[in-house]
Amino acid sequence: MSISESVIKTDHKRKITGEALYVADYPTAGLLFGRLLRSAKARARLIAVKPPELPSGYFYVDKNDVKGLNRVHIVQDDLPVFAEDTVEFIGDAIGMMVGPDRDTVEELAGKVTVEYEELTPVIRVEDSDTIFVDYHYDKGDAEKAFREADRVIEEVFETGHQEQAYLETQGIIARPEGERIVIHGSMQCPYYVHRAVAQATGYRPEQVRVKYDTTGGAFGGKEDYPSILAAQAAVAAIKAGRPVRVIFDRREDMEFTGKRHPSKCRYKAAIKNGRVTAMDIDVIYNSGAYITLSPVVIQRGIIGASGVYTIDNLKVRGRAVKTNTVPNGAFRGFGGPQTFFAVEMMMGHIAARLGEDALGFKLKHIAKKGDVTSTGGIHHFPVPLPAMIKQVCEACDFKSKREKYNTQTGTKRRGIGISLAYHGAGFTGRGEHELIKAVIRLHKYPDGRVEILTANTDMGQGLDTTFSKIAAGELNISLDRIIVEPADTDRVLDSGPTAASRSIMVVGELVRRGAARLRDEWREGDEQVIEEHFKEPDFVIPFNIKEFKGDAYPTCAWSVCAVEVELDTITGVARVLDACGSYDCGTPIDRRILIGQMEGGFMQAIGYASMEQMAADSSGRIRNNSLSDYIIPTAVDVPGLRCLLHEEAYPAGPFGAKGAGELPAVGGAAAYLEAMEQALGGVPLNHIPFSAENAIDILEKRGNAQ
Amino acid sequence: MKPETVLNADVRFTLNGKAVAWLGSPAAPLLDVLREGFGNTGVKCGCREGECGACAVILDGELVNSCMVAAGRASGAEIVTIEGYKNTPGFEILDRAFAGAGAVQCGFCTPGMILAAACILRNNPHPTTEEVRKGISGNLCRCTGYNAIVTAILAAAGEGEGKW
Ligand code: FES
Ligand code: FES
Repeated sequence: MSISESVIKTDHKRKITGEALYVADYPTAGLLFGRLLRSAKARARLIAVKPPELPSGYFYVDKNDVKGLNRVHIVQDDLPVFAEDTVEFIGDAIGMMVGPDRDTVEELAGKVTVEYEELTPVIRVEDSDTIFVDYHYDKGDAEKAFREADRVIEEVFETGHQEQAYLETQGIIARPEGERIVIHGSMQCPYYVHRAVAQATGYRPEQVRVKYDTTGGAFGGKEDYPSILAAQAAVAAIKAGRPVRVIFDRREDMEFTGKRHPSKCRYKAAIKNGRVTAMDIDVIYNSGAYITLSPVVIQRGIIGASGVYTIDNLKVRGRAVKTNTVPNGAFRGFGGPQTFFAVEMMMGHIAARLGEDALGFKLKHIAKKGDVTSTGGIHHFPVPLPAMIKQVCEACDFKSKREKYNTQTGTKRRGIGISLAYHGAGFTGRGEHELIKAVIRLHKYPDGRVEILTANTDMGQGLDTTFSKIAAGELNISLDRIIVEPADTDRVLDSGPTAASRSIMVVGELVRRGAARLRDEWREGDEQVIEEHFKEPDFVIPFNIKEFKGDAYPTCAWSVCAVEVELDTITGVARVLDACGSYDCGTPIDRRILIGQMEGGFMQAIGYASMEQMAADSSGRIRNNSLSDYIIPTAVDVPGLRCLLHEEAYPAGPFGAKGAGELPAVGGAAAYLEAMEQALGGVPLNHIPFSAENAIDILEKRGNAQ
Repeated sequence: MKPETVLNADVRFTLNGKAVAWLGSPAAPLLDVLREGFGNTGVKCGCREGECGACAVILDGELVNSCMVAAGRASGAEIVTIEGYKNTPGFEILDRAFAGAGAVQCGFCTPGMILAAACILRNNPHPTTEEVRKGISGNLCRCTGYNAIVTAILAAAGEGEGKW
């Protein structure tokens, strides 16, 4: 049977029967409930914090209880576990109230008096005076190209927050056990949590144990945040000497946990003989109050800022700046969706200004195998975009619709758009080689069953199943002889985070290699342990992060998305009639799982472009903090959505697979907006989310002008 | 759940075919009563505001969001959660169909989806695609993009004649 042939997911049964235990499902007897006390001010000095008189069994926990370092380690030692002298956003954690009765805890938390000395917060990026990171890179000679250009076109693009809206909110339980602390809960990266907890508690690494529970969706949102929450819960549990459970309600989760960074990107393009010869790109991401993952998010954003195109001359700058708003973090695509949106719109707008068809113009610039990448690396493998474009265009009759919708009358107007994107598979640059250094083990038991021991998590993307298929496939044994238990740092080595679309391509390849070795060394009836370590593929041109030079990624996953809309010009409401994507993630390890990933991610991309609107008001407060104010797609919103695959095997991935999870979130937004542009009669648009109100504004302006 | 001072107002209902009594407050959300009072943790809490459907249960044959129903309203009612529904012939069909379509990713929406599907099919054994989509539009799923779920429910409809 081919590896891509689908199987029933190994976690199917326990999930569909409701038997799977998510963190909120553990018995609560003997647990203390924790409630964070959060800053009500966007920026202030803390003058005094006074908890009320506490009944016995109740504890107030704050910075004074942090026995280790009062810093959560994310990319660097960053935000405090509990606030010290200042608070930096509405929601910054000052302390935690814990106790046996949930309502009493709630009530007591409300009685803590906090005296602030208010400072003027910075809410808008334009007003920021703190640049967390500032990266630059060049390719070729952009200045010369601009000097020699026939014309120069400049535009600014903006994107908003996007909330992961995983259906299960954040939650952690911290249990003191003798000299140790055991953490379990909803998370992507047990070893990130492990490091953060050891650092905050001052415990030695071997005193900390982290396990993940069945996790109800994450999409990046549980990459860094669980480190923060686990550090807080661990400090509280150690103080109380009892297990502490903290589970956010939806509003707390939406308002105070990291989201996709809002962005503002200025693009300047030099045009010579009908082609883009240079781009000067200035990218600014709103980091929020702390650095969190911003450095790596913006790296990915600027490396992809020239999109799928080979542009010979580039001058790129990327800054993550501080504002006194919720710190942003990881969300599927990780800095990519912002710049891919911008560059796709930019290319379309340049084409329009030159009187050319957007897709044709893009095709002239698409990278090919052997081309030099934005960072002076090489596209080592075929770029299958032309074939994928053909596939999508045929599937949705793109060309004739695009043509037809140029002339329309009536109150309902249609539009169709197409966008091209890639996702660099795995960590940016030398992350795998220098930081992560993944290690996995395979444990063969005497009865012939084989356990896969990695630190990677299945948060719904099907990793338990795909890892099992890789091992079973290579060992040539049946799937039911493979064991995957939820990652537990007491039992697994650090194979790195479940992030960056790296799990299958990088860790899965280690699993495959280990399985191949085990097959060769197989001794019937014996217990055997095989260990595999990451090794950078030979062909990779080592990346230098200081200069942004080399292969930023060993390979890319590619996508083409088309979206067709129908706009009601009276109400401004747009309906998505068709949404068709083609995705190349290499050889699918399981076609049905892969399609499921692509469909879910494409849907998120359409939500990002259209209905998912979240913003801080002038006081820095996020008002769209519930699922009634922040709207995500339901089953009736995009009934026509469909995803196709293009399978271009990647020789350095297991069975030819490469990164997958994030790809569908990267490219879809621009297709939606290009469709809206056409429905609105060809006006250039430059921001998402693009709402019905935005459409009405344009229609009214046009009405007034006539 | 907070121990109740008034214990005289016990609420009696049938839960998954068994007669039960809730001795706590009749104002408590049914969601909490089911999860914490009766250990039915297959009933999920995604929002507590009636917006996500993760907490959906069947109350006298109707799909309700249990976070929006006070325990008192369950008095005399027949309630089915995934813990009970998983033992029915209808579940077997839906289980196979969901497995075959890959309709379960993180699984957090799944128990609610299954019960929503059961209600759709009971009222309308041969729904159109649109009817299925409309029928589950109160159940959010952030993982799948819904296609696989819709496919699964339609497949179950094709197979499940008379089992709902
Ligand atoms: S928890 Fe009841 S609808 Fe969301
Ligand atoms: S499977 Fe995750 S929310 Fe539906």
